Amino acid sequence: MAAGKRPLSPHLQIYRPQWTTVLSIAHRFTGLALALSFPLLVYWLVALASGDAAYATALGWFGAWPVKLVLFAASFAFFYHLANGIRHLAWDTGRGFELSQAYASGIAVVIAAVLLTLLSWAFWLTGGGS
Amino acid sequence: MSLRSPLGRALGHGASATGAEHWWQQRVTAVALALLGLWLVVALLGLELGNRAALLAWIGRPLNAALLAVLILTAARHSLLGTRVVVEDYVHGIAKVPLLMALQFLHVIFAAVGVVAVLQIAIGGR
Repeated sequence: MAAGKRPLSPHLQIYRPQWTTVLSIAHRFTGLALALSFPLLVYWLVALASGDAAYATALGWFGAWPVKLVLFAASFAFFYHLANGIRHLAWDTGRGFELSQAYASGIAVVIAAVLLTLLSWAFWLTGGGS
Repeated sequence: MSLRSPLGRALGHGASATGAEHWWQQRVTAVALALLGLWLVVALLGLELGNRAALLAWIGRPLNAALLAVLILTAARHSLLGTRVVVEDYVHGIAKVPLLMALQFLHVIFAAVGVVAVLQIAIGGR
């Protein structure tokens, strides 16, 4: 049978989204988002090394609202990927695969990611660092 | 029935002998990045991001510069391993190999530029 004509098993759009599947693909999406954000970290360091004028330009960019939203999204991606990555490392030890445990750890990951993102920005916006 | 031994049939196919390397490197860099990432976030939250002189002084300390450089290299490695799998999963045909090559080039370039920037600040007295 030609490769294109083989019968297919029921595909993604057939299934109802579940916590486990959505969080799984979210790990990949946040990983991609972080890969795309990596140049921002490099740009920040380059601007820092390049002088006062270059850093002022960079601050102007990072302070613009569309870029701020990107940074907010990137920070959430970071905390989500971090928390869910720890969940994956725990799975690598062979633990936590019962359905109830997988749901519980997934919900914990989402709560941790949202809280860490909001707390970080609240701390930063209220001038915690300076 | 084939007269070839099971070992003979298995050898030379796929990622034999090196297949675990990708998986293991992904885990090692993941643990490193969990620690380095949290370190950087906590440090950045404690710094005045608008104050270039203060940031230069902070990066200028040997431990901070070293950890930043290691973070950049580790993040690039982890990111390359991850995005590589994404391309291998979803991109087929003629675009796949050039894209994999481009991914590696981009990761090496961004990592190199990032490390040089840190070293300029730490050693070059910017």
